[in-house]
Amino acid sequence: MPYGSHAADDRARMLAVIGVDSVDRLFDDIPDALRSGPLRLDPPEPELLLSARLQTLASRNRVDLASFLGAGAYRHWTPAAVDQMLLRGEWYTAYTPYQPEVSQGTLQSIYEYQSLLAELTAMDVVSASHYDGGAATAEAALMTCRATGRERLLVSRGIHPHYRRTLETYAEGAGLRVDEVPLVVDGPAAGTTDLAALEMMLADGPPVAGVVAANPNVMGLLEDMVRVGELAHGAGALFVHVIEPVSLSVLATPGESGADIACGEGQPLGIPLQYGGPYLGILACREPLVRQIPGRLVGLTKDLDGKRAFVMTMRAREQDIRREKAASNICTNQALLALAAAIYLAAIGPHGLRDVAALGAASATELEAALAAAGAPRLHSGPYLNEFAVRVPDARRVHARLLDRGVLAGIPLSELLPDDPAQADGLLVCTTEVTTPAEIAAFADALRAELAGGAA
Amino acid sequence: MSVVGEKLQPTIFELSRPDRGGGKIPHPPVGALDRIPASARRAKPVALPELSEPEVVRHYVNLSALNYSVDAGFYPLGSCTMKYNPKLNEWAARLPGFASLHPMAPDAAAQGTLQLLFELEAMLAEISGMAAVTLQPAAGAQGELTGILMIRAYHRSRGDLERTEVLVPDSSHGTNPATASMAGFKTITIPSAPDGGVDLDAFRAALGPRTAAIMITNPSTLGLFESRVGELLEATHAAGALAYMDGANLNAILGRFRPGQAGFDVMHINTHKTFSTPHGGGGPGAGPVGVRDGLVPFLPGPRVRQEPDGSFRLERDGERPLSIGRVRSFFGSTGVLVRAYAYLRAHGGTGLAEVTDDAVLAANYMKARLSGTFVVPFERACKHEFVASASDIKHRTGVRTLDIAKRLIDKGYHPPTIYFPLTIEEGMLIEPTETESLETLDGFIDALIQIAAEAETEPDLVTSAPHDAPVRRLDEATAARQPNLRWRGMTGVERPCGD
Amino acid sequence: MVPADLRYTKDHEWVRVEGDEATVGITDFAAHQLGDVVFVELPVVGRTLAQHATFGVVESVKAVSDLFAPVSGEVIAANGALGGQPELVNTDPYGEGWMLRVKVADAGQLDGLLDAAAYEQLTAEG
Repeated sequence: MPYGSHAADDRARMLAVIGVDSVDRLFDDIPDALRSGPLRLDPPEPELLLSARLQTLASRNRVDLASFLGAGAYRHWTPAAVDQMLLRGEWYTAYTPYQPEVSQGTLQSIYEYQSLLAELTAMDVVSASHYDGGAATAEAALMTCRATGRERLLVSRGIHPHYRRTLETYAEGAGLRVDEVPLVVDGPAAGTTDLAALEMMLADGPPVAGVVAANPNVMGLLEDMVRVGELAHGAGALFVHVIEPVSLSVLATPGESGADIACGEGQPLGIPLQYGGPYLGILACREPLVRQIPGRLVGLTKDLDGKRAFVMTMRAREQDIRREKAASNICTNQALLALAAAIYLAAIGPHGLRDVAALGAASATELEAALAAAGAPRLHSGPYLNEFAVRVPDARRVHARLLDRGVLAGIPLSELLPDDPAQADGLLVCTTEVTTPAEIAAFADALRAELAGGAA
Repeated sequence: MSVVGEKLQPTIFELSRPDRGGGKIPHPPVGALDRIPASARRAKPVALPELSEPEVVRHYVNLSALNYSVDAGFYPLGSCTMKYNPKLNEWAARLPGFASLHPMAPDAAAQGTLQLLFELEAMLAEISGMAAVTLQPAAGAQGELTGILMIRAYHRSRGDLERTEVLVPDSSHGTNPATASMAGFKTITIPSAPDGGVDLDAFRAALGPRTAAIMITNPSTLGLFESRVGELLEATHAAGALAYMDGANLNAILGRFRPGQAGFDVMHINTHKTFSTPHGGGGPGAGPVGVRDGLVPFLPGPRVRQEPDGSFRLERDGERPLSIGRVRSFFGSTGVLVRAYAYLRAHGGTGLAEVTDDAVLAANYMKARLSGTFVVPFERACKHEFVASASDIKHRTGVRTLDIAKRLIDKGYHPPTIYFPLTIEEGMLIEPTETESLETLDGFIDALIQIAAEAETEPDLVTSAPHDAPVRRLDEATAARQPNLRWRGMTGVERPCGD
Repeated sequence: MVPADLRYTKDHEWVRVEGDEATVGITDFAAHQLGDVVFVELPVVGRTLAQHATFGVVESVKAVSDLFAPVSGEVIAANGALGGQPELVNTDPYGEGWMLRVKVADAGQLDGLLDAAAYEQLTAEG
């Protein structure tokens, strides 16, 4: 066993104290009929061999491509200091801070994370973390139902399809009705939430608990969140604003748009792509909703000597105390990722974060021009930050061909939105501060070649 | 002597000064944001703290020193399985091939990760005795929700709409009833039998046409194997209900008991318990869920499939129409799963069996050594953890388990789990795991025995503990009555960000 | 010793009857079991309560407990002071820590409440 610490005669000494002759005696209470045989797994692999196996597996992934893929997870540069801090065992091998006297590191770092995200989102209260953007959005939706006593949700098709699907799964369990608000099909607002439809849906049918929309939305487009919020509140519903955290350094915040709840994915804040996780579910709300927010909350207090200290608070909301009456069953969350986000923000600073957003936007402007010149104009005309959709005939085939040429040309819309048959001819692409002019040129050149007849 | 560092730190907000730090990101071209309409822009620049890199590093290094951690010491936390976190796993997860892979990369670009996930699923299926495993849930609780939603879908697919109840023992982890509520079920709590196990008669009485499922932890949250589990499973299935096993205590049964083989229909696994993925101060974890054959169609998507040519792919939307759908974005907490994979490969079947044997041996050893000093309510052999009670110490001296826990901090140890399960008065749930040396176990036992003696002779020393920690007991009442959940004081970045 | 002039429920609520109005709170025993009370959730004025139904929740640092209506009736007042000072439930459970006042719908229900002696016996049994 690679990590056991028992020396040769330790086991015999322990057995003697217990008073049995073999460890098997300690399993006598397993009924014979239910005992299993030995586990049929490969033999143990010493670290030298296992590390080679892991290297081989990792090398089978292609991470050398010129990537323009976003769609909810983004390639960013993380300052080296972040991972150096995260490698400290005092952070990653620490337990949940139930004993605050020996957990002030974790507790203070979470309080700081809560504060940083409260400023970024302009919301009052931020939870210590949720699983990821999808789960956070689902729980945000459930919050609106608990808070209003209503059972119907309106969810824009502008939110990430994975968030929509996750929300539907959670809503199904809670017996809630989910109606989708369509996107505008044509004209200057094409690709954004259809506000006229939203207004009608709010007026017709059972009362709505919450309206969920994203900015930027899944197409990368900017939405009129203030108007969405007004419509929601006008019908007595709460407004859930799905965010992307880097963009909040430049775009209007959920606080400014009148949102009751903000949620989204914190991966862009210093967290590597890792094929989907572990990521960071951001969940924030206005003060009156604080008792409804799921997850842990860290508060500032004092110890008996009057020293400032941090502690998990308002615990009676949580599952271990409220049990079947808890708002959510969440226990383990994503604390280490919240720490990563906090260190990232501390290391990058407010100017740095804003520059990350602006650089992504600048490259996106270049990419838009280059792709249009190569024969792939934008699908929509509304403003975007650093992600947008382009029209490419037979997009899936072109995407596969570009992959062979070393370009990961975003994602075909028909793959991102498989339940939308109108999306056969689109690619969703994005740029960030790490996108280079050479990559843009490679993409545009490869695309031009493909569209011109796709010679080898 | 403090078990952790002493230096309390100001917050990053207090360390902030204008123009401190920066320089990590190039300047964008002028006018980069001009095409964003003014109405879409944030009104005021975001007021985040400005620190130099040396300040950031000092801050987070000094804060980390205030933490207890597995790397620094023993956590005898029952129900948490605080085993050693192997460093190979940290190295593996950080390999660029794994760390830089985008979750929506085409299958052709993700063959290494897809193969790892496919193999991991197979290993977990073998360990749990289940037909298939979903790797998606982000934590045990999310695994529970996934499992219960699958059970719900199963019953509904058979037109069985009247099953509205979930039975749990009173010793269950709070996530179990909370999960049942999230899935729209009513929780019926069944009191435990005097021997600590499930009260079979009480379960039988409660099982019926309205029962969707039972949720059982085995070994129980008291660390005792449910010897009546066979009869319980039979009774459950006879009533048309399904059996969910909370796999939090899997460390006790590797190679000895396979829940799926024994008759459980669904179980979740906590990789951050049994399979060493680090706790991270409160996550991330992962909560894979195994199911027997009949429930495979309901698994959340997407799953990893292997093609006839040996390559791997993700399922497409709609491939399994009975799937309960997604429970999260993207595939799962793959970075955590890479660590679990490495752990399983390092151990193999024989290694995992040794893990269980050593974990159970250590727990029984500690129980034997502590029986003279504390009340041990259940005499029989425990599994990987056991309950001790300070109830008689409290009656004699007024010193409570909470005080003993705080005094352990002065002795250099993290306290065990206290007041869980709820069914034991002044309880401590102690779980050593298999990675602690005998010297460490003896040191901890000696410290507990010392504290029990202090309770008799110097009770004030115990009730006012800890004395040797960076902070002493906290005012949790004020923290809850007047919550201060964010720093207020940064009013704005002093130098405008400039456009 | 619990106040002799009050009535009690087995769920550790006390009731002060004045004409057709009843003031309700929780006993010192209950407050002690809960520990430091941090939050009390009370119904809005005007709500009609049914006897034995939950009318609110009391939270302490480490516990939570439902509050059960000792009698049926309309809520005519809820103690707003508990919003800012939930600790009144601990420091003065029978006075400033009162929770709500109800217009008693059925005076017969009052007869079913425990008197001080019966409540004392209940808590002694543990």
